Amino acid sequence: MKIAGIRLDLIVPGVCGLALLFGLPIFLDLFSLLQVTLYAIMAILALSLAFIWGYGGILCLGHSAFFGLGAYAYAIAVINIGESTAPFLIAILVPTLAAAAVGYFMFYGRISDVYVGVMTLTLALILFNVVNSTSGAQYHIGKAPIGGYNGLPNVPGLNVPFDPDNSLDPGDMYYLCMGLLIVVYFGLRWLLTTRFGRVAVAIRENEKRVEFIGYDSRLHKLATFTIGGGLAGLAGCLFVNWGAYVSPTTFSMMQSAQVIIWVLVGGVGTLFGPMIGAVALSWLTVEVGSQQLIDANLLFGAILLVFVLLVPRGIMPVLIDRVWGRISLPRRPVFTAPPVAAREGKR
Amino acid sequence: MILEIDDLHAGYGRIPILNGVSFGVGEGEAVGILGHNGMGKTTLLRALVGQLPLTGGHLRFAGKEIGRDPSHRRARAGIGYVPQGRAIFPALSVYENLRMGYIPRGEESEEGTINDIRAIFPRLDKLLDRAGGALSGGEQQLLSLARALCGKPKLLLLDEPTEGIQPSIIEEIIEILRQLHRFQNLAIIVVEQSLDFIAQLSERVLLLQKGTITREVSPKQLANASLLDDLAGVGE
Repeated sequence: MKIAGIRLDLIVPGVCGLALLFGLPIFLDLFSLLQVTLYAIMAILALSLAFIWGYGGILCLGHSAFFGLGAYAYAIAVINIGESTAPFLIAILVPTLAAAAVGYFMFYGRISDVYVGVMTLTLALILFNVVNSTSGAQYHIGKAPIGGYNGLPNVPGLNVPFDPDNSLDPGDMYYLCMGLLIVVYFGLRWLLTTRFGRVAVAIRENEKRVEFIGYDSRLHKLATFTIGGGLAGLAGCLFVNWGAYVSPTTFSMMQSAQVIIWVLVGGVGTLFGPMIGAVALSWLTVEVGSQQLIDANLLFGAILLVFVLLVPRGIMPVLIDRVWGRISLPRRPVFTAPPVAAREGKR
Repeated sequence: MILEIDDLHAGYGRIPILNGVSFGVGEGEAVGILGHNGMGKTTLLRALVGQLPLTGGHLRFAGKEIGRDPSHRRARAGIGYVPQGRAIFPALSVYENLRMGYIPRGEESEEGTINDIRAIFPRLDKLLDRAGGALSGGEQQLLSLARALCGKPKLLLLDEPTEGIQPSIIEEIIEILRQLHRFQNLAIIVVEQSLDFIAQLSERVLLLQKGTITREVSPKQLANASLLDDLAGVGE
């Protein structure tokens, strides 16, 4: 998407991201800033699923498994270690390894797409039930109780790396979460321009075709799934820091369903759309939660129905169609050739 | 021999389709395979590229047993495949489809390889930024062929490349394949129902019936339609 040779698809999100990063703290009060921090965390979670589902073609029905693992890994590690540098890394590493292990059996076992969805959903349900039933004092990892259905309150927050006395305040957390959102968004954008990204998209199109032109689809799917799992874990880690509390609901089906709805509403096959979906629907959750008239789950169900039936491609592709009069994002060429003159110059 | 097939058996589930196929392809040799529908032509190619597991027999490529290798390893070893129905990536541009076909081997850069292919396919060169799915059937077939050639194969497998293609593009495909066969020593196995196409491209023709090679004929014999009808039911 270029106007006068300028890549608007890079410039617009970049400028918006930086404007939000530095502009919002000037205009918003602390409560609103905390809410925006939560939206940024949820947007990272949405990006993790948008990458593996929208680009890798892997529908992970139990994405909350990795979100919850990240949250619990951080909470348990930080209670034991007392300083957040290593726990932050552990919170990303644990779900990454879990995604790699589960993905290995799923993709190298050549399990079909439907069963991949079922397996991930089962994983989330197992984790939910296991963690939910560990409320006794006998269930602990090191100094940290697992907490069962009560969850883990008063989880120590992030501090400046290797400086436990210097904790991040809510303002710092905002900058961290918003900054990480920008990094994750542009990181994924970059990844999709690499050979790995092209192959991931091609696998989504047709796995067999990719194999007979020389790529190991199993390995690429595993890598895509693992990256998505790691990013969900990062979101989980930030989430527990945002509220200083983690409970088994991070593994819940509702949590998994929410992420799927965010991506679906925003637009499968885009990165920007799911972020918008996450922010808009998270905001709606907060607003609906503050009144007694409409049940939030009912509202989400209605939104899902409306989008599946009336806007199946999601907001972003439709907006782009309307604004730019172009073919939808998933259908248009994801990557285009460099100018012919440039190609010939390199020859 | 670039490819040696010895008593190859393969099928779908418990249904055997190939019942002891044996033949060889020399380096730079073009072999045509003729057979009526359902005789196992496509199954043979799918077994050769690893899309279908072998249930028996041996498959050697460039002297190495590859019968248990996955598809991607066979492609990297040098087996290119142009499947029936083109199988391009419709959401990717023509240029990106070509980039997908490039297999890094340290000999030539991706840029250089694609530029070579662009020179061979001038029709595609004008369409580089167009989505693969927006091309005509003939252009998609050219793209599928070009993509396979980006992997610098030693052996190219073509599954009914003329199916539903306009005559002018069929001529173009024949000319390109002849050039590559002659000047780059590319070995070819082509499965076709078009006798004319096979006759123009192949040095020898194998008849496949009920999952086995029943006879070898010369391309000149393909002019005798009644003979072929008797042999393999493909004369008409």
